[in-house]
Amino acid sequence: MAVYVDGTTRLLVQNLTGREGSFHAMRNRAYGTNVVAGVSPGRGGQEVQGVPVFDTVSAAVEATGANTTLCFVPAPFASDAILEAAASPGMRLIVCITEGIPAHDEARVVNYLRQTTGVPLIGPNCPGVISPGKANVGIMPHEICLPGRVGVVSRSGTLTYQAVHELTTRGIGQSTCVGIGGDPVPGTSFVDVLSRFEADPETEAVVLIGEIGGEAEEQAAAFIKAHMTKPVVAYIAGFTAPPGKKMGHAGAIISGSSGTAAAKKEALEAAGAVVVTYPTEIGEAVAAL
Amino acid sequence: MNLLEFQGKQLFARVGVPVPEGRVAATPAEARRAAEELGGKVVVKAQVRIGGRGKAGGIKVADEPQAAEEAAAAIVGMDIKGHRVNLVWVERATEIAAEWYVSFTLDRGVGRHLAMVSARGGMDIEAVAASDPAAVVRRHIDPVVGLAEWQATDLVYRAGLERAAARPAAATLRRLYRAFVDLDCDLVEVNPLVLTAAGEVVALDAKVTLDSNAFFRHPDFEAFREAFAEDPLERLAREKGLGFIKLDGSVGIIGNGAGLVMSTLDVVSLVGGAAANFLDVGGGAGAETISDALEVLTRDPAVRAVLVNIFGGITRCDLVAQGIVDAIGSRDLPWPIVVRLDGTNAPEGRAILAEAASERVIPAATMLEAAQRAVDLAGGR
Repeated sequence: MAVYVDGTTRLLVQNLTGREGSFHAMRNRAYGTNVVAGVSPGRGGQEVQGVPVFDTVSAAVEATGANTTLCFVPAPFASDAILEAAASPGMRLIVCITEGIPAHDEARVVNYLRQTTGVPLIGPNCPGVISPGKANVGIMPHEICLPGRVGVVSRSGTLTYQAVHELTTRGIGQSTCVGIGGDPVPGTSFVDVLSRFEADPETEAVVLIGEIGGEAEEQAAAFIKAHMTKPVVAYIAGFTAPPGKKMGHAGAIISGSSGTAAAKKEALEAAGAVVVTYPTEIGEAVAAL
Repeated sequence: MNLLEFQGKQLFARVGVPVPEGRVAATPAEARRAAEELGGKVVVKAQVRIGGRGKAGGIKVADEPQAAEEAAAAIVGMDIKGHRVNLVWVERATEIAAEWYVSFTLDRGVGRHLAMVSARGGMDIEAVAASDPAAVVRRHIDPVVGLAEWQATDLVYRAGLERAAARPAAATLRRLYRAFVDLDCDLVEVNPLVLTAAGEVVALDAKVTLDSNAFFRHPDFEAFREAFAEDPLERLAREKGLGFIKLDGSVGIIGNGAGLVMSTLDVVSLVGGAAANFLDVGGGAGAETISDALEVLTRDPAVRAVLVNIFGGITRCDLVAQGIVDAIGSRDLPWPIVVRLDGTNAPEGRAILAEAASERVIPAATMLEAAQRAVDLAGGR
């Protein structure tokens, strides 16, 4: 089954005519993803290697039945592009790769989506989603993936690759790998992805890759404890990271001691997850489940 | 980007939040002149991008210009938590009737803005928040709607700010929130926001952190850097577009992606070494970026060995390898480089390194092995 993306995905690429957009759209297509359309305002009527380009998302959706979008729109315009995608009927998933979106833009868009259309947004500032053997929507190097039954969810791009690599080199395949991104207000949380993995009959175990900052891992731990029946192997980066150069008191007043790597590890272990020390132990720990 | 107090106050003045009149001074003589121009009693305040100045002796009251000069002589050059004081802010002293705490920030846990207001502002606000949490009123703000008038009023009354000043206090909260959003701040904190003896609401301090992702909307913000005493290594790295933080160890670290680099720091520490830095080349680094990263590390005499840990996605390992070969060819690198390459074009990258056949470059098959080699070569276990 896999989650978020699979053989039924009909992919639209926002800013298909850009360098990264065209490069990754073609890589995704070569992997077997059904890339049906691109959007670049002013370029409607053109084609990129056989993929038709439209001026607007709504025109692309009407003409091609696209149901998922992959956004490569530059940061100053990306939040508008996400809102445009969310406004198109039939859109069931938005994946935004763009890095460097202003935090206030992101907070407005994420809160707006929650309150209105409810279309899930993965990212921004993420590597995307791959269901090995079915579809790749994003920039993950699919060569390192193997179809299988372990779900992977991560806040970090390259650490996701590291985790997948550790699994694949041991012959352990993945159902879906989701990079939720490391921005302050991600559209999709660990909890959102964990609940999908829990409900997915083809996912038997989950690897969760976290890092310092925020409360996402603590929230994941609470969810695992209350709702997960499938085993979770976790890794947290940032035990030796220097403390941020904080100026104000606000951060300390909000978070207290949570947010540190040690606090996250402790919370996940208390929830029953296996937390490994080295990223190279991820494969071993999953094999031992 | 953290601002100095006087820069934050400049932004407050833009949105109509009253701040005391003042002048920046780099020397005791300039501080004296500032005090003469302002007239009367002044406060001389260290300008550093870190909290806790008051307790460190970085804030002094001066009754007349001679005292301001002496205060500046004591403060300029002072070290506050590793931050050297290069500038002081000399401002007209304020008659304080009440000290409040106000901040606006993002609560990442819920993805919404958070307002915090307390009637017990001043130096010990964290202790107040810990011992008497109810003394700090917290309210989430929907970023789609913003801080409504009723909500600002609610914050003022629920925090127990002086009732006679409720209107100007609420208006000031709304202006500070407008600065927080319109000027793309990650943090706006005023501690204390004071009620003066004359019944005015004035920001006596300003802790402002700007979101550098939004600088395309505020091109003038780059100029704030001119007043900072930036670490030369960190400045070079920033100018080259690299994420860099100087640390205390001897193993230079270069990696792609903050998560992988943090993880590399951890692994180096676990095998008995210590990282000399955090250096993230970001996504899609080319040969030149890698070469630049190596150059930055040559400026740090503490580095004894370098560990390059790359997992290519959008980054291509062949370009990384080419950057390493270019750097070795163009300058005399003083240390061995342990290289671990995986992901996009890794076989091509490994082939380029093998062909260059430099004894300065040591390939490693896994992240753990690479860390062990680098720590051994740095001479530290």
